[in-house]
Amino acid sequence: MRDLPEDYSDNSEQPFDRLVARGVTRRDFMKFCSAMAAVLALPHTFAGKIAEAIEAARRPSLVWLEFQDCCGNSEALLRASKPTIGRIVLDILSVDYHETIMAAAGKQAEKSLYDVVDKQKGKYIAVVEGSIPMKDNGVYCCVGGKSALDIARKVCGNAMATIAVGTCATAGGIPAAKPNPTGAVGVKTAVPGITLINLPGCPMNVENLTATVVHFLTFGALPATDGEGRPLFAYGERIHDHCERRAHFDAGQFVRQWGDEGHRQGWCLYEMGCKGPETYGNCPVVKYNMGTSWPVQAGHGCVGCYQANFWDNMTPFYRRLPKVPGFGVETTADKIGIGVAAVAAAGVAAHRIARAIKGKGEEETEE
Amino acid sequence: MQDRVYVWEAPVRVTHWINVICILALSVTGFYIGNPFLVARETSAFLMGWMRFVHFVVAYIFVVNMAVRIYWAFAGNKYAVWQEILPFTGDRMGKLFSHMSYYAFLGKKPPTELGHTPLASAGYCIMYALFALSAVTGFALYSQPHHHGFLQFAFGWVFGIMSIPATRLLHHLTMWLIFYFVILHIYLVLFQNSTSKSGILGSIFDGYRFVPSKKAGK
Ligand code: HEM
Ligand code: HEM
Ligand code: SF4
Repeated sequence: MRDLPEDYSDNSEQPFDRLVARGVTRRDFMKFCSAMAAVLALPHTFAGKIAEAIEAARRPSLVWLEFQDCCGNSEALLRASKPTIGRIVLDILSVDYHETIMAAAGKQAEKSLYDVVDKQKGKYIAVVEGSIPMKDNGVYCCVGGKSALDIARKVCGNAMATIAVGTCATAGGIPAAKPNPTGAVGVKTAVPGITLINLPGCPMNVENLTATVVHFLTFGALPATDGEGRPLFAYGERIHDHCERRAHFDAGQFVRQWGDEGHRQGWCLYEMGCKGPETYGNCPVVKYNMGTSWPVQAGHGCVGCYQANFWDNMTPFYRRLPKVPGFGVETTADKIGIGVAAVAAAGVAAHRIARAIKGKGEEETEE
Repeated sequence: MQDRVYVWEAPVRVTHWINVICILALSVTGFYIGNPFLVARETSAFLMGWMRFVHFVVAYIFVVNMAVRIYWAFAGNKYAVWQEILPFTGDRMGKLFSHMSYYAFLGKKPPTELGHTPLASAGYCIMYALFALSAVTGFALYSQPHHHGFLQFAFGWVFGIMSIPATRLLHHLTMWLIFYFVILHIYLVLFQNSTSKSGILGSIFDGYRFVPSKKAGK
């Protein structure tokens, strides 16, 4: 956990007052705080502490940068179905710049970004969505005449903390898939050395973003992370180990074809190429869209979107194993294996025949 | 007349057969893990569960067994030591070629070796490398449920070199490569057994091989 400056905002407005003004009841608010304690894997008694912290919080400024992305993470944030929760996040924070949802446009919008950077140096949170192209001086993604790389260096470099949301911002994501024409990378590579939290996913789960912010407000520090900068509360366990279909995996009940009997029974999607065994994330526990569902619950295997380079590493999505480099897509590892074993068998057979033709002449010469 | 020479001490023979059983068990269970061809009727069954359990328990036996054999490569008799297995030591390279040309029906029959023939030991070398590869990739996969902890510490570095799916693929392909060498190995043993009277096949059971009387003796 990294400690952050105490006085991160000079804005004295209280978030809870604003929530009340928007019609959020105390009950809703406490429910939210308990849910956050659960996501953070804290005992439920922490809900009170979280509530206090949020009530007392001065609203830190937040700027949201979008680079080579599909806006999916913004969508995930805005599509949070119960308005209260999504609003709570936006209301705890003072979102001063977000191209997609802000009213201002053009020069005026850019000005509000640099106002934050200049006036609140080291006190604001930067969220980055989308990858940053490095090739050809970063010309492939420019906003207001500045390259994504320059913007990221300036904005993230001066932030108190940066949160990279989505697999593109954390590791390059789909723009970085082979052959990566723009030289796309994640924030970690583009702006090394900053205080950074990675929340990969395609898109990331808003609950994890919210929980990261809540953790920060409650403890004044960012959550503990793994080697890739991903918070352990969200990325510490494997999907396969918390999946609701796991009992079918252990039993040996597998879907063989889309729509077959097993599929209708909700059996395990392992043979349909589910990447749950290769992916770390809390999807089965927290689920998406306010706990509505997640891919495996909806009957589709996991595609491993929480893992870096999933577009290259986890494909083919509907096969369990990747294709063998240098062989066609249709060639499975087993076909090659059978080929290898057959070559050995054929070699053995050929040797026997050759020996029969040559005769057994030499055998008795030894004595 | 022939003399009996004690070539394979008990540790070599015992580790060999434990190894054979392990490879068979790992291959059967591993093949099921890769292609679960049997479908359980009841959700209360534990088919995949048992396959994985057996695979992991045998994997530990396999690795410990391999460690014992490696120890014996330093403590064993002159036929079992590591110099006999690595093909680069002494004049083994030259002997390797004469054996290869014999098996290709090009050269004359080279003198029978009491220990491993250089060709065979080159094959064993590759086999041991494959065993190590399957153990490293296997334990890396095994460490997955524990994102932190000892196994992750010991084998997590594998995923720094290749992605988790690539590791699974390599682990899977290694099985087939082992099959390849096992087929050749068994054939070469049977071939040698039928072309010379040194009793190679029996040697892996009772440890003795035979030499014409004059060659025997220390
Ligand atoms: C000769 C040795 C071995 C053979 C032939 C073998 C074979 C296999 C095969 C074919 C698979 C299925 C791979 C796939 O398609 O995904 C597998 C899976 C696996 N093996 Fe092995 N294996 C061997 C040794 C080991 C060892 C030493 C370990 C160490 C613990 C190990 C651990 C695993 C694990 C963890 C899996 C994945 C199981 C899962 O997904 O739950 N294997 N093995
Ligand atoms: C899974 C199957 C098998 C594997 C992986 C395997 C592996 C090995 C290895 C690694 C060695 C070298 C011994 C050492 O110095 O540690 C060896 C030796 C030997 N194996 Fe096997 N083996 C297998 C099956 C068999 C079978 C079925 C037979 C009998 C037909 C056999 C007969 C022998 C003999 C006679 C030797 C000593 C030969 C020599 O090099 O002089 N093996 N085997
Ligand atoms: S559906 Fe996927 S994650 Fe769930 S148990 Fe099966 S393989 Fe594992």
